Amino acid sequence: MTGIITIYRKELADHFSSTRFILLFTMIMMVSLVTAYMVGTGLRDELQGVAKPTFVFLMLFTSSGKLFSLIQFIAFFGPLMGIVLGFDAINRERNARTLSKLVSQPIYRDSIINGKFLAGAMTITILLLSILLLISGLGLRLIGVVPGPEEVWRLLIYLLISIFYICFWLGISILFSVVFRSMATSALAAIAFWIFFSFFVSMGASLVADAVSPVDMKTAESHPELLIQHEQTRKILSLFSPMTLYSEATTTILDPLRKTTQSLLLMGPMERLSISRFQSPLPLTQSIYIVFPHLISLIAITMVFFAVAYIAFMRQEVRST
Amino acid sequence: MNEQTVIETQELTKVYGEQIAVNSLNLQIPQGEVFGFLGPNGAGKTTTLLMLLGLSEPTSGKAWVGGFDPTREPLKVKRIVGYLPENVGFYDDLNAMENLQYISRLNGISEDVARPKIEELLKVVDLQADPKKSVGAYSRGMRQRLGIAEVLIKNPQVVFLDEPTLGLDPDGSNQMLELIRSLSKDKKITVFFSSHLLDQVQKISHRVGIMIKGSLVAVGRIEDLAKEKLGVGQKSYTMEEIYMKYFKEEQS
Repeated sequence: MTGIITIYRKELADHFSSTRFILLFTMIMMVSLVTAYMVGTGLRDELQGVAKPTFVFLMLFTSSGKLFSLIQFIAFFGPLMGIVLGFDAINRERNARTLSKLVSQPIYRDSIINGKFLAGAMTITILLLSILLLISGLGLRLIGVVPGPEEVWRLLIYLLISIFYICFWLGISILFSVVFRSMATSALAAIAFWIFFSFFVSMGASLVADAVSPVDMKTAESHPELLIQHEQTRKILSLFSPMTLYSEATTTILDPLRKTTQSLLLMGPMERLSISRFQSPLPLTQSIYIVFPHLISLIAITMVFFAVAYIAFMRQEVRST
Repeated sequence: MNEQTVIETQELTKVYGEQIAVNSLNLQIPQGEVFGFLGPNGAGKTTTLLMLLGLSEPTSGKAWVGGFDPTREPLKVKRIVGYLPENVGFYDDLNAMENLQYISRLNGISEDVARPKIEELLKVVDLQADPKKSVGAYSRGMRQRLGIAEVLIKNPQVVFLDEPTLGLDPDGSNQMLELIRSLSKDKKITVFFSSHLLDQVQKISHRVGIMIKGSLVAVGRIEDLAKEKLGVGQKSYTMEEIYMKYFKEEQS
């Protein structure tokens, strides 16, 4: 146990004093502040004329303002955070020839990789928590709305999902740092992986869905079950993309007014109007019920990838040459 | 010798694919001895060290270090063994003291015990002058000496040194040899070191073992090996002559 704590402390100290962390932190802080400010100022106009605004506080995070919302930003750049924190975890030690020294100390070998993962996870938690608190504070000042208990809960769940999402990428990049000797290769491999899962899986999901259960407009009208089948295939496949998992989970939890069936039903303008008029927010428990599978899948894939990294590391020869 | 045996191997063998790296190695090393492990590059010296440390699993055979089996109880072995790998690395952005602190923490040494110990060790290895300088700016000799300090911080019973004088200037390597000699003499630490710098081995070893292509072809005191190979009468001999004799025999 002393081994894992010692390594965890050293890695954490390394993270916080490293240049790349400072760069990352500055960038994320800057973007968060800008989005929060834009949203904060745009929100007043948006809320004008709305009789009973609900969940105004959460709109700080979900409203896309002029460019993008904070959660979109985290969904996109979160992977980069994870990759930056982990891509050289093991191979840096190997290249600096400190790994053979480390494994000859009286510690279990897995405490090296565990300590590194935990330190990365802790860094991510601190980073996200500080951003969240900063924006909340800014929101309080700018729009003067106090978050209710439900909104706080929703934010906490959002934080939890985000931590696991970024830890997934941390696990991936640690895996690559075990597999590849060169730091540049592992960084590039992790980024390639990120691009693949972010863009190509969702694209591929629609393609495969078209192929497996083809549907066109004419048959869809007479056989709606075909449409549902098509949609289900697409959905199942796109759940392989952690990015889809994450963005679905976070929008559900942070936007209780979201219409989950909007893409499936073909609605006329009057229906649409009535839905937006008489819609009531999803209760917290129902939101949790919806995102629970997403959260479990995220945790599962994170654990799978970390386990692969763990096994690869434990089986590796540690020759210094 | 009736002293206690600290390192022992029985038919220790390591096979990588087709290649036999270490072939049925039998060794016994008593406490406090300086044992020089000789052999050409790729003879299996480092592999043997790794097996004795429990970092590499032997294909067959057994080993004991300080009474523990390194394959079964690697942590107990690592607690009493200090290992200085060839071309040891450090955390270059930390200074000598911080590097030593990290290693002492990994060994579970409490902060108040470690602090005076680190200062003492920095004096022993002659690095006390500039403790705030980051290790990245160290010369090779200084790095090697810092490596010795890291090995000694855990109060080891056995020290494994892999090519400790490689790439050092004459003055640096003499300092290193002196240090190794004092470990065995003053602290009764068993030193097991591999090298192919033969004159240095001759200077400080009590006994030597010569390993060629994975097999231990000779083991014993240098005088005895000289008698056996070069004839009794010869008084002045060098380690190199003995070594080359074995090496040529093995080649033919």
